[in-house]
Amino acid sequence: MMHVKVLAFGISRDILGDFNNQIELQEQATVSDFKDALLAKFPDFCKLTSLRVALNGEYADDADIITSKDEIVLIPPVSGG
Amino acid sequence: MIDVQLLSSELSLLACEAFVRSDAAGGVVTFVGNVRNQTQQKKVLRLHFEAYRPMAIAEMRKIAERMIQDFGALNVAIHHREGTLEVGETAVIIAVAAPHRKAAFSACAFGIDTLKETVPIWKKEYFEDGQVWVAAHP
Repeated sequence: MMHVKVLAFGISRDILGDFNNQIELQEQATVSDFKDALLAKFPDFCKLTSLRVALNGEYADDADIITSKDEIVLIPPVSGG
Repeated sequence: MIDVQLLSSELSLLACEAFVRSDAAGGVVTFVGNVRNQTQQKKVLRLHFEAYRPMAIAEMRKIAERMIQDFGALNVAIHHREGTLEVGETAVIIAVAAPHRKAAFSACAFGIDTLKETVPIWKKEYFEDGQVWVAAHP
């Protein structure tokens, strides 16, 4: 198992609240596995219009593998401009 | 040339236009996005923009690069605000210079449309009776 730290902005930070932002994952977990673990812990994420994940500053695909060194950021629907 | 900035102070249309201006560009198109005083018939008091800074700047730069490579723009400036904005303040400016007007118009439209889809910036609207993260929920 590994622990990954999650950065959250906008509504995703509100949903995480005062949670310590550490999620436990299996080694070789994918972005999809990560999302499943997150949604199981915080069902309010299911209510969002969308939830993307960025790894090290780039949008990630569901099949991408996460390592404990990655910077994982939750990207709820963006609303700039 | 590309100038991408995420700023906590007032945006300058003059600075953006001056940056993109070129003797090789016959057309300059600018888009200015301001804070409206209402949304869906609700009075807006102010906005707050929060950004995932490094990625927001990288994504704005990708957009500017596509405006040049895919739309034929010569120079592009994209400036976006972060922090708290009052009604009437400018949230975003996109300035494009291109040899001809068609390229400038289409690059500018692509720029603002794509910014709203891909750049990790979040807007919270403050009303008299509460606040909401825009577009978060269906």
